[in-house]
Amino acid sequence: MTTVPALSIRDLNVTFKTLLGQVQAVRGVSLDVAPGEVLGVVGESGSGKSVSFLAVMGLLPKSARITGSAVVAETELIGASNKTMRKARGAKIAMIFQDPLSALNPVQRVGHQIVEMIQAHQSVSKADAMSRAVELLDIVGIPQPKDRARQYAHEFSGGMRQRVMIAMAIANDPLMLIADEPTTALDVTVQAQILEVLERIRRDLGTAVVLITHDLGVVARIADRVQVMYAGRIVERSEVVALFEHPTHPYTQGLMQSLPGPTRERLHPIPGAPPNMLRPPSGCAFAARCPHSIPACSLEIPELRPIRGSESACIRAEELQEVLS
Amino acid sequence: MTDPSNDPSRGPVLEVRDLVKNFTIKSSKGLRVVRRTVQAVSGVSLSIGTGETVGLVGESGSGKTTVGRCVLRLIEPTSGSVQFKGTELVGMPQRELRRLRSQMQIVFQDPYASLDPKMTVGAAIAEPLDIQKAPGNHHDRVVDLLELVGLAPDHAERFPHEFSGGQRQRVGIARALALNPALIVLDEPVSALDVSIQAGVVNLLEDLQDQLGLSYLFIAHDLSVVRHISDKVAVMYLGKLMEIGGADDLYTNAAHPYTQALLSAIPEPNPILERQRQRILLTGDVPSPIDPPSGCRFRTRCPIARDLCAEEEPELKDRGQGHPVACHFPGPLSVDQPTRLVDANDR
Repeated sequence: MTTVPALSIRDLNVTFKTLLGQVQAVRGVSLDVAPGEVLGVVGESGSGKSVSFLAVMGLLPKSARITGSAVVAETELIGASNKTMRKARGAKIAMIFQDPLSALNPVQRVGHQIVEMIQAHQSVSKADAMSRAVELLDIVGIPQPKDRARQYAHEFSGGMRQRVMIAMAIANDPLMLIADEPTTALDVTVQAQILEVLERIRRDLGTAVVLITHDLGVVARIADRVQVMYAGRIVERSEVVALFEHPTHPYTQGLMQSLPGPTRERLHPIPGAPPNMLRPPSGCAFAARCPHSIPACSLEIPELRPIRGSESACIRAEELQEVLS
Repeated sequence: MTDPSNDPSRGPVLEVRDLVKNFTIKSSKGLRVVRRTVQAVSGVSLSIGTGETVGLVGESGSGKTTVGRCVLRLIEPTSGSVQFKGTELVGMPQRELRRLRSQMQIVFQDPYASLDPKMTVGAAIAEPLDIQKAPGNHHDRVVDLLELVGLAPDHAERFPHEFSGGQRQRVGIARALALNPALIVLDEPVSALDVSIQAGVVNLLEDLQDQLGLSYLFIAHDLSVVRHISDKVAVMYLGKLMEIGGADDLYTNAAHPYTQALLSAIPEPNPILERQRQRILLTGDVPSPIDPPSGCRFRTRCPIARDLCAEEEPELKDRGQGHPVACHFPGPLSVDQPTRLVDANDR
C-alpha cells in the first residue's frame, strides 16, 4: 500500500489486571486499514477482537494496560491525552456498537444529539448543524428525517436506532469507522438494511470501515479483507475471496467447517475450548485444538507471515495448503 | 424420510390447534390507565410426530417463544387446543399437568441464566428427579446423563461457573432429559454459543434424538441451523404462521414473500455467491403487535401487496405449492419487482 492508511496499528498489547492475575486479552496486533476499505475482523468471544479497537478508541477501563501504537491521520491514539482523544474521536475515528439504545441519550432529542456531535468538532451555527443533522438522517435512510430528528431514542426501532448511531458516527466525516457487531442484536431483514447503509457510506463518503463480527456470512457480504483473531492474536489475514476459498490457517478452516451447510450432513465442531488467557500457551494458542498440530507448534508463538497472497500464523501453512483448501 | 406422524397407531406427539395468546399491557395516558391487548400468538396450528423436529422461525416479536411456552403451559394460552399424545393440556388441572410435564421439557437460550449458580451441576440435573420422586438411584442416573451429553461423571460435583457456555448448555440438556421426556422445546438452544461450539451441541441434539426417539420443537432465528436440524419448518410473523413445509421444500420453494425475504436476507458464507445474489430487501421493521395491520399482517412490508391484502386475511392453506402458505399471491418473487417504500412507522 502506497497510500497513507486510514488507521495503522503496531504491536498492540492489552492486559487486564484481575484478582486472578493478568489477563492477556490482546497480544501483539498490527494492522493497516486503507482509506475506503472494509476490513472484517472475525473471531469468537474472548478472541480480543473488540478489546483491540476499544483500546484504540481509548474506551477501556483504567484496569487495562495498553502498549503499542495506533495512528489515525498522523495522530497517535495510544497514551494520548484526553484533549487529543476528544479531538480525534468523532472527527477522525468513530465507533458504533451492538446496542445502540445504551449509546443514545434517552432524554435528548435525536437531532439534538447529532447537533452536539457536529458542534463538538466544527464551528457552525446551531441552525446549520441541525440542517446537517437532518441531512445525515436522510443519508442513513431514515424516512421523514425532519420529523424524526425531533423524536427521542425510545421512539425508534432497533434498526432505526442503529441508523441514528451511524449518522452520529459519520457526522464529522471521519476517516475511519469502527463497527463493533453492529447487526448482532438485529433481525436478519433489518441486518440486511444496515449492511446496505454501511456499504453506501463506504462507497459515497469513502470512509474506511472495520467491521467486527462473529458472523462469517456478514464478512462474506461486505468485507474487502478479513482478519481472523484467536486468543488475542491475528492468526490469518486474507483478501475475502481467498479466505473462503483457501484458508491458510487451520482455525479459519475449523470455523468454516462448523457452519451448517444446505445438507443435513453432520456438523464438524472444533474440539476443546479456547485457552485461558491468564496463562496463554507458550506456542501457537490453537495447537491444543488443532487437528494438524505437531510438537514444533508449541515451541514458540508463530508470527504472521505471507503465504500465497495471504498472511498466516501457522508454521505448517505451506505443507497444509492442500488439506486446508 | 418417512413421516412418523402418518403412522395411525401412534398419532402426533404434539398437536396444537388455533393457539391464541393475548397479553394485556397497561400504559398511562396522563392520569388514565389504558389497557391494551397485544396479540402475541393469533391462531397457530402445528403438529409434531414421534422422533420429528419442527423448526419454528421468525424475527423478534413474531411470537415463536410464546408458542413454545404455551405448549408447556408455562404461560396459559388464551384459547385453542394443545394436545400431548392425545391428551388435552389446555384447562387441565395443575396436579395432573405436573405429572405430564415430566414428558415435556424445555431447554432455554441462555445457559448462564438458566442454571442456579449456587447449585452443583449434579444437583441441578437431579432436581427434576427429586421433584417427580423418580424411582431408582438418582446419583447413578445423573452420572449416566452426564455421559449421555458428553460430560464426565466428576463434573457432577462442580458449579456452573466452572463450565464454558457449550458445557453449560449440555448440562441444560442433561437436566431436560432426566425424566425421559418424549418432547423437548428447544428455545434458541445454540444462539448464545460461538459457531465452533454450536456445531457440537447441534450434533448432540441429533444423536439424542436418534437414540431416544425424541420429538423437538426447535425455536430459532438462525435459519441455517433450523434447516440443518428440522424435518418441518414453520415461519411466523406477528403471531401468525405464514408458511409451513418440509425443510428442504420450504428452503428451495418458498412461496410466501416473507419467507423469501427472510431467506434472501441471510448472508451466505461465500463471498462470490453472496455478492452475485439478488436480494429482496424489506423496508421498515416489524409493526407493533398491539395494532397489527388489517388483512395480511405482512402487507406493510410486502413488495407485492395489493388492495385485497389489506381487506382480507389470507388463510394458511395449500394453494398448489405443495405446502400450506398464508398469501393471496404466493409464488417466487422476481427481484426486479418494484419494492414499495413503506416504513413500518408510517402506517
